[in-house]
Amino acid sequence: MSTPVAKPFIRVNGLRKVYRKGNQEFLAISDATFEVAPGELVSLVGPSGCGKTTLLKVLAGLQDYDSGEARIGSATHPFDPSRDIGMVFQQALLLKWRRVLQNVMLPAEILGLPIRESRERAGELLAMVGLTGFEDKYPYELSGGMQQRAAIARALIHDPKLILMDEPFGALDALTREKMNLELLNIWKRSGKTILFVTHGISEAVFLGTRVIVLTASPARMADNIKIELPEPRTLDVKTSETFGEYSRRIYHLLGLG
Amino acid sequence: MSGEAVRRYVLAILAHVAVIVVWYVFVSYGHVPSFVMPTPVATVAALGGTNYDWIGNTLVTASEIFGGYFLAVIVGVIIAIAFSWSSVAEAAVMPLLVSLNMIPKVALGPLFIVWFSYGIMPNTIIAFSISFFPILLNTARGFREVEPELLELVRSLRSSKWQTFIKIQLPSALPYIFSGMKVGAILAVAGAIVGEFLGSSRGLGYLMLQVQVTLDTAAMFMAVILITLLGVILYGIVLGLERLVIVRDARVK
Ligand SMILES: Nc1ncnc2c1ncn2[C@@H]1O[C@H](COP(=O)(O)OP(=O)(O)OP(=O)(O)O)[C@@H](O)[C@H]1O
Ligand SMILES: [Mg+2]
Repeated sequence: MSTPVAKPFIRVNGLRKVYRKGNQEFLAISDATFEVAPGELVSLVGPSGCGKTTLLKVLAGLQDYDSGEARIGSATHPFDPSRDIGMVFQQALLLKWRRVLQNVMLPAEILGLPIRESRERAGELLAMVGLTGFEDKYPYELSGGMQQRAAIARALIHDPKLILMDEPFGALDALTREKMNLELLNIWKRSGKTILFVTHGISEAVFLGTRVIVLTASPARMADNIKIELPEPRTLDVKTSETFGEYSRRIYHLLGLG
Repeated sequence: MSGEAVRRYVLAILAHVAVIVVWYVFVSYGHVPSFVMPTPVATVAALGGTNYDWIGNTLVTASEIFGGYFLAVIVGVIIAIAFSWSSVAEAAVMPLLVSLNMIPKVALGPLFIVWFSYGIMPNTIIAFSISFFPILLNTARGFREVEPELLELVRSLRSSKWQTFIKIQLPSALPYIFSGMKVGAILAVAGAIVGEFLGSSRGLGYLMLQVQVTLDTAAMFMAVILITLLGVILYGIVLGLERLVIVRDARVK
């Protein structure tokens, strides 16, 4: 089952989260156990309501949990929860009243990073996500895909060690999504960040992940943690390969679809 | 300005001119007695006529409208901000305010006169009380409807309460604040005039009551026009500020 990691950057052990409203209880995560090595891109896949967002929120420190352990950082890779998390959501969540460059700057402002250098870095990041020339546009002047790329640049501005992505491409059309997948792989390779990537898409999970963690709902549990070994660098051709199909089939099975 | 915009301005101006022309034709050729309806020319002439102290009365009414309105914006926004900071405060005070808002403010006019004496003060208070609530309500709604994920985004960066407020909550709420301010602007004008009707010795509303006795309808028309102009100026200022402050796409439609 789970592949042991030498020096884990993230260690989740027996994690359990119950939502309570009045005397009603809802088990969102039970017994999630996995480790993520520094620089990995791990996909989290599972049906709606299986606790993916909850898991990311726990890791981001936005949500408390009931028992178990969720630890980020190690002696070799220290982690500062206020500066080392970049988040990307399903919606780009750009501030409508700020131009693109100012949007990317937001985390730097909040963390009090030097403005001049951050602005320079924001320009570089926008170039990396292919938004050069759009610095002074307002979000409504950008397409959905461009907005999402700006959101990715924003998640990188403060150079966090960990990027948490919650269905970042879920709102995009299939074609744009494929393109964004390739760009994400590029960004990941170039930045060397650790990325947790939540998705509904099995093929997206396999294509992007060095590992895929499969979660199931009702009962909430972690079904598998699969190491993905595909020829590198990954191109869209990989998706038609036999190995890719096997990984996908295995996940479909785990989710009761195969 | 684009051709489309020019065309719209021209049409709007034409429509206004057309109404004045129809008014003129109706009164002049319909043999309407001037105490029922004066011509546009007679209405304007009322400005030059007797010692009605147009400027003084207009300034009095303007100060009531602007004063009451300004107070309503300040108090409404501050209370809404307090609500956004403390849900206990909101839970306690909001229902009370909703009940208070059910009181027809105009009915309080005579009381305000007793409390704040005769003159500018009670009318300012009526203008305030009538425009305050929509401003508070809209602003509070603006603060409530901040996207929760935006708050999570900055919370994941451990932003301070102040940073969250100034960078996310306030700018998110601004379009709502302006939409409340627009409603409030119109109400403030009505509030001040009603106050003057109820009891006053100065102002355009007071003037209307005076000239009503002498059947100087032209002066009444002029007073209404000046009151309307005050409203237009106030609304225009709010609209201009909104244009200045809020990105087009973020405005509340
Ligand atoms: N704040 C909350 N209060 C109560 N229950 C919640 C809360 N947030 C989530 N839940 C419940 O916990 C379960 C897991 O939610 P979560 O958002 O983590 O699922 P998810 O895997 O991200 O789903 P999706 O793919 O639809 O986004 C859901 O059944 C949801 O109803
Ligand atoms: Mg989710």
